[in-house]
Amino acid sequence: MASRSLAEQPRRAASLRRYMLRNRPEILLVPAIFVLIVAVWELLVKLLAVPIYILPPPTEIWRAFRDGLGSGSLVEHTWVTLQEVLLGFAVGSVAGLVVGVIVTRFRLVERTVYPYVVAFQTVPKVALAPLIVTWFGFGMTSKVVTTALIAFFPLLVNVIAGLQSVDQDRIDLLRSVNASEWQIFRMVRFPSALPFIFAGLDVAIVFSVIGAIVSEFVGARAGLGYLIQVNNYNLNVSGTFAVLVVLSVMGLTLHLVVQWVNRRVVFWQRDDRGSVVGA
Amino acid sequence: MTVTTQAAIRIDGVSRTFVSKRGETVQALDHISFDVDEGEFVSIVGPSGCGKSTLLKIIAGLIPASAGQVLIGGQPVAGPRSDIGFVFQQPVLLPWRTVKANVMLPVEVLKLDRRDGERRAADLLETVGLSNFANHYPMELSGGMQQRVGIARALVHDPVLLLMDEPFGALDAMTREHMTLELLNIWSAYRKTVLFVTHSIAEAVFLADRVVTMTARPGRVAEVVTIDLPRPRDLALMNTPEFGRYVSHIRALLNARGGLD
Repeated sequence: MASRSLAEQPRRAASLRRYMLRNRPEILLVPAIFVLIVAVWELLVKLLAVPIYILPPPTEIWRAFRDGLGSGSLVEHTWVTLQEVLLGFAVGSVAGLVVGVIVTRFRLVERTVYPYVVAFQTVPKVALAPLIVTWFGFGMTSKVVTTALIAFFPLLVNVIAGLQSVDQDRIDLLRSVNASEWQIFRMVRFPSALPFIFAGLDVAIVFSVIGAIVSEFVGARAGLGYLIQVNNYNLNVSGTFAVLVVLSVMGLTLHLVVQWVNRRVVFWQRDDRGSVVGA
Repeated sequence: MTVTTQAAIRIDGVSRTFVSKRGETVQALDHISFDVDEGEFVSIVGPSGCGKSTLLKIIAGLIPASAGQVLIGGQPVAGPRSDIGFVFQQPVLLPWRTVKANVMLPVEVLKLDRRDGERRAADLLETVGLSNFANHYPMELSGGMQQRVGIARALVHDPVLLLMDEPFGALDAMTREHMTLELLNIWSAYRKTVLFVTHSIAEAVFLADRVVTMTARPGRVAEVVTIDLPRPRDLALMNTPEFGRYVSHIRALLNARGGLD
């Protein structure tokens, strides 16, 4: 038995590979396009002799990236930014969640507070970054505050939308057995709002990276935004690109983590309508 | 006041008015009165807009009556109660809970003894033929199965009254017929007082001891028809002339006032 299944393994692996290629060709196409773009980029930059301080070739960026890793500076600044992003995201999301719950719980609060929320939402939060740096200094605090402020609104808006769109039958079901408001919230309203909350978290995590970087641009002594500015100042465009690579990997990874948790928690939601991510 | 045999439920001059979006007052229910005896199966049949669902919600204490009152076991209904089972048109299962956890919901809300509740839930799932699906999630079940879970859930806390608001309305004809028979089985097993709202005259007659026939705009009781057909009943009953006479009598009542729908 064992030997036979061992012998079958290569054949099964091959058929699996063929199956994947037929049904999910993007598995091959996505990396292929990446390779193509990098190759064309490298070729064009070399052929047209573009100066390295305008657009470095990918090989140059790769070298800057490895230097950054080797000297430890890239790792160090990434760690600073990652902390700002995660802290700000956590503070902003929790605050958005709590305020959203309070706002929907009390009609009067909703009617009184919501106009301000809408008004404040139209203010580009990054425009407040200089003020926040003035108030909270060049350290990590000002970055966390800006990031939290940016992460707050997607959560708030989605929590409110989620809690307000709960199916009335579900609430009547709980009321029909004389449930308390708290039981209705715990057993129906909150779980029903979870898909919305995760849509908010997904937007918030991507916004958080933007918030941390912009805040570092305004005034910082460490972090990837700071590193971009230093590189730019020294006309080290390859170094800037290396930071951009790290930033995209960071953003993508955080987004995927949120999506993964989403699928785990909201397991009953089968339709994978990709959430809108945009700043 | 002389004490006679008390009706399990007394609906006493219940009216309900709504204010429409245009600011007009709409009378949904106009002085509805009838009694339901302990263990009796009463169907309410009528066109859409006759306020059948509103009446059920008033009985359940989910919305207040504008006038009149509902007495359950002699006590006026003043708000949501813990001794009523409600079955909705849609199954209204919570998708994050397993079948068993959905059935257990009233037990959790009412903080009843968990062990007793679990025993009852298991019994009820057995009765509705879903024992093997206790640990499945609702999305893995067909519409008919989901509605059976809804019925089991409405009975798990041993209510005195089962309110059913067009529970089979969203099912296909075959499943619907099957569920009607199944409901009769459940009813003979648990002998609850049932108020069953439906669009279907045949369904109303087939299930009930009495049929409350309602007309629309405003919702009024046209006649309470006593169905004197032997039990246990099976689908063959639907082909008998007696059954047909009841159905055509009720249809005539409804047509006299504008017809069904």
